[in-house]
Amino acid sequence: MAVTRIFDEMHADGGSVRPHYRTYASWLAEVPSERIREKRAEADLLFRRAGITFAVYGDETGTERLIPFDIVPRIIPSAEWEMLQRGLRQRVTALNAFLHDIYHDQEILRAGRIPAEQILCNTQYRPEMQGIDLPMDVYAHIAGVDLVRAGEGEYFVLEDNLRVPSGVSYMLEDRKAMMRLFPELFARCPVSPVEHYPDLLLETLRSVAPAGVRDPTVVLLTPGAHNSAYFEHAFLAQQMGIELVEGQDLIVDDGVVSMRTTQGPRRVDVIYRRIDDDFLDPLAFRPDSMLGVPGLLAAYREGSVTVCNAVGTGIADDKSTYPYVPEMIRFYLGEEPVLANVPTFVLRREEDLAYTLAHLDELVVKEVHGAGGYGMLIGPRASRAEIDAFRDRILSDPSRYIAQPTLALSSCPTFVEAGLAPRHVDLRPFVLSGRDVVMVPGGLTRVALREGSLVVNSSQGGGTKDTWVLEARDDGC
Amino acid sequence: MLSRVADHLYWMARYTERAENLARMLDVNCRMTLLRSDEDAVRRRWSSTLETVGQLEPFLAARGTVTQAAAIEWLSFERGNPGSIGQCLGLARENAHAVRGTLTSEAWETLNATWLEFRRFRPGAVAQGAAGDFFEWVKFRSHLARGVIQGTMLADDALEFTWLGTYLERADNTARILDARFLLLAEDAARADEAGDYYEWSALLRSVSAFEIYRKVYRDLITPRRVAELLVLREAMPRSLRHCMARVHGTLARVANDRSAETLRRAGELHAGLQYGRIDDAFARGLRDYLSRFLVDTSRLGARIADDFLVSEA
Repeated sequence: MAVTRIFDEMHADGGSVRPHYRTYASWLAEVPSERIREKRAEADLLFRRAGITFAVYGDETGTERLIPFDIVPRIIPSAEWEMLQRGLRQRVTALNAFLHDIYHDQEILRAGRIPAEQILCNTQYRPEMQGIDLPMDVYAHIAGVDLVRAGEGEYFVLEDNLRVPSGVSYMLEDRKAMMRLFPELFARCPVSPVEHYPDLLLETLRSVAPAGVRDPTVVLLTPGAHNSAYFEHAFLAQQMGIELVEGQDLIVDDGVVSMRTTQGPRRVDVIYRRIDDDFLDPLAFRPDSMLGVPGLLAAYREGSVTVCNAVGTGIADDKSTYPYVPEMIRFYLGEEPVLANVPTFVLRREEDLAYTLAHLDELVVKEVHGAGGYGMLIGPRASRAEIDAFRDRILSDPSRYIAQPTLALSSCPTFVEAGLAPRHVDLRPFVLSGRDVVMVPGGLTRVALREGSLVVNSSQGGGTKDTWVLEARDDGC
Repeated sequence: MLSRVADHLYWMARYTERAENLARMLDVNCRMTLLRSDEDAVRRRWSSTLETVGQLEPFLAARGTVTQAAAIEWLSFERGNPGSIGQCLGLARENAHAVRGTLTSEAWETLNATWLEFRRFRPGAVAQGAAGDFFEWVKFRSHLARGVIQGTMLADDALEFTWLGTYLERADNTARILDARFLLLAEDAARADEAGDYYEWSALLRSVSAFEIYRKVYRDLITPRRVAELLVLREAMPRSLRHCMARVHGTLARVANDRSAETLRRAGELHAGLQYGRIDDAFARGLRDYLSRFLVDTSRLGARIADDFLVSEA
């Protein structure tokens, strides 16, 4: 593979510090390395004591894994964030319009902008949702859009996560840790706050309550303490002051959803669910699910309760739908996309398949339904044998795969064993859609801690960084 | 509050209390065997303890004969014994984990640390000689959990259901400890000797932290009747049946819902029986009979609490 230059978030070509990192860089130069070491150890302790963990509970020793936290922030200048925010709002608005359309008149299919069978034959399309009206016509109330930077620093959308995106608790905890460890930095740098995220989320959830409910009761539905993201569920419920419920806590009676309390059943109006569609209602989906609520889907379809995110959003963030998102923006909003897609080869198309098979050693091939960095081939890093094995898998069912050029993800200085070194990062801002489309300035920056690695997923050795969006008044930090 | 959350808190408290009382019971046995160490007496004592907690049959099936070390190991560490101290501590922690968002972080960390530390004890070493230290540790961790809960948690329904579990379990356990002693007493009646008896009764009192209290209250010889009175009817004695039922009744009155009236009435009835009862009447009826009745009543009360508040079908 040709050596591609990698965009560094902190340093411009020639090694000079980019303007928005200047204050930080001068601070870093002043601080003795001994203190940095202490602070890194302290950060570790902070996270461990607070129990900010992600790994599956059930470990016999009762210890849980931490997501490594890096103390060098990822900094974004205000103008850049303005652009990102515009692009994110535009994209999520179009995705919600698409979902509403697909589950109603399907105009985009009739206009021939997306092949109909591509949508209607996809297992992520939920016929149960056809013709159902939702409050505010919103489907993806919480979207976690994965952005990467490549080449000269242009942003690309890698993935739209519209089902049950997670990670926002790390965004909040990373900020809390940074403010505690380095208060002096926040005095010097005008960092936009993100701490009001739970308020925005609660406001969003309340705004989509069924019509006529004046003071809606919102709950967070978790699969339970053994789920890998349980910490986040408990954290968000606590921050919003709402009940953290499990499937067994909810009952559907006469089309009304209630939770069992010590004072008898209490009506529930909005369910922020952190359970996949398949497990939501054993009567409607997987009958073996112990996590869901029998009868929930029927009550939902009748409109007596709002489920966030809506059932069936998977059709919009499916990797096979992804290539069509720019087209959605043009179709529903009449605008050109602010944020670009990564160029994508759709292997169900014959010419794309032929090209991909001829260039497997340059491309990243992803399974359409895969997630979490599993089921993919990173061509430039794969051995000949791995490529050959993957070629066979593709040929057995090309429609299950898409391919993209290997992006040289941007890097950000990160503390590793040997000291400060560049590591690849991505960015997941969280976009909330209810009465309005809102977001806090920032997101979760994930960092691939292994040298050269492009996989930032926490399940595969990724860490996180605090993300600083600078306020407009002063972009020098 | 959510019924499931109340359920977890209630059981977290019950298992914590159960572990403590088991440690108390085993501790007395160990002390007593130092006094009277003929093999037969030791075997009978441990058999009776195993019987009290319903573990004699499974123990015999697994281990064959009763020895002190094997019994201590079984009651403290055995995973196959759902009522062992270790299992209780594990279940207390598991219940706490399920509702750690409702607990203060101090409360959760205390229960979690107890479990982690428990796993550092070596069963063989404990059973062979370090049992006293181990039982002290269990008691201390239970005191600590209770103190942290009381000192840090919001005084709302979550706390009410925690205390409900604590006191219902304690009432049950005190009754069992007393019952076990009177069982042995009946068996020993033929060869009762007074000095031996003194130590038996003082050990029993110590097992429920009541030795000094007895001295303070009665300033007199230790007699079975007064011991029973202290542990059954004395309101000021924090481990007595009356004290526990007063707490249970008061809690049920505060958390009452539209289906719990009968449960509240029964708790009130039980409490009133202890409040106005006389120990002579209990002895006239037979104390073991009296205690068995109480154990049945509290267990039924527990079932009613579960139905009304914890696992309710709407």
